[in-house]
Amino acid sequence: MTETITSALKKTPLHARHCASNARMVPFGGWEMPVEYSGITAEHMAVRTRAGVFDVSHMGEIEIAGKDALAAVQRISSNDASRLQIGQSQYSALTTFEGTFVDDMLVYRMAPNHFMLVVNASNIEKDYAWIAAQIREAGDAAAVDSSSRYALIAVQGPAAIDVLQPLCTVDLSVIKYYWFTHGEVASARALISRTGYTGEDGFEIFVPPATADRLWQAILQAGRSAEVIPCGLGARDTLRLEAAMRLYGNDIDESTTPLEADLGWIVGWKKDSFIGHERLREQKEQGITRKLVGFELLDRGIARHGYQVVRGDRPIGVVTSGTQTPFLKKSIGMAYVPLDLSTPGSELTIDVRGRPSRATVVPLPFYKRKG
Amino acid sequence: MAYPADRKYTKDHEWIRIDGDTGEIGITDYAQQQLGDVVYVELPDIGRSITAGESFGSIESVKAVSELFAPMAGEVVAVNDALRNHPEVVNSNPHGTWMIKVKLASPTDSGALLDASQYQSHLG
Repeated sequence: MTETITSALKKTPLHARHCASNARMVPFGGWEMPVEYSGITAEHMAVRTRAGVFDVSHMGEIEIAGKDALAAVQRISSNDASRLQIGQSQYSALTTFEGTFVDDMLVYRMAPNHFMLVVNASNIEKDYAWIAAQIREAGDAAAVDSSSRYALIAVQGPAAIDVLQPLCTVDLSVIKYYWFTHGEVASARALISRTGYTGEDGFEIFVPPATADRLWQAILQAGRSAEVIPCGLGARDTLRLEAAMRLYGNDIDESTTPLEADLGWIVGWKKDSFIGHERLREQKEQGITRKLVGFELLDRGIARHGYQVVRGDRPIGVVTSGTQTPFLKKSIGMAYVPLDLSTPGSELTIDVRGRPSRATVVPLPFYKRKG
Repeated sequence: MAYPADRKYTKDHEWIRIDGDTGEIGITDYAQQQLGDVVYVELPDIGRSITAGESFGSIESVKAVSELFAPMAGEVVAVNDALRNHPEVVNSNPHGTWMIKVKLASPTDSGALLDASQYQSHLG
């Protein structure tokens, strides 16, 4: 079993709360984070049927402001930030010159000349260095790593809105999906975003770190009668995989492009230019040779990250994520496969620790909420 | 949870309960806690010979897959088929759930294994 090294790991403002609540803590991307509270299955089901609360304060926030902030964001981000209204956010890629992922991120438009990028915890330093260097050519704009100024609490699930509303000074029902607003939640000044990483309706609440513990407790108190429970990164991973949301470092990285990851919709093809755009346009014209697909494993077991997709004894692809889903009760995963095996119904063979196992390609996402 | 005194333990968190020349093998409460929700248990065929320390199967949770190691040598005489459809009993009742029964090559040769209090101290 793994030994936990706690000394060098960073802690969120809710770290003491997790420990006091007997959450199982693990190292994740340089942070010591709760992987589970009551169990991955119980937490997963709570989010699908009621609501769950996640500490995701490890996520990074990088703000870009200045007269030419829009031009700066347009240069580094694949998606078209000019389409964002104030109070709106979009999913995007922070691209390399090869058109691959430095990271994936959410871009929030806070003001006409002020954007906030929410990035992966393990990439904060890398992203900030990249962004600071690349926006110099975009004119008058500066980037600030403001990660330590925010705690981030996600409340996810069909009951999230009813649990949160009594704590809020703003009407949550008017916030559309992928929009946000400012308000107070449990007397904390907050940016309230209708986004998430679970495939359910829900909110992500950015608050000053000093108010995080009070907010956490207030949400759980308000959600007690609805049986809202705290959740860890384990359930966050199974939930996001059912919803086919990509995980940086697993499904996408500096060797894969948005087109290969089947995320062509986050590329602003109408933009004049952005970092990596030539390579992506070229790839779009010539066509990709491999594609990220969803599969269901037909044989017993779980096809995990790094397992090979084989034809005979020859590797032809690789599994990027895999799990047994608590809600769908199936063994599912995502894999890069050659284009001729990428259509739903295609049969794959995956080497599961030396055992050739049958899988079939299925449409993504595995799970889509109703309504 | 108290670790039963009627059996021996490995440092890899398996237990073996010896009755005559037969040993029942399972995993400890500590092991199931570390694994989290168990979704598959892969067990050997009846008749297979296993040596002490050898992997005789694997256990898979949502989080991870782990090898199962034989505490003692012998021949597999029974496997717990109920685990095929209900692997979750490993979580709910780890010390009451045997995975395989082994006809032991030398039933008295359990000296290298830990007793309950030694295992408890091993966990720290």
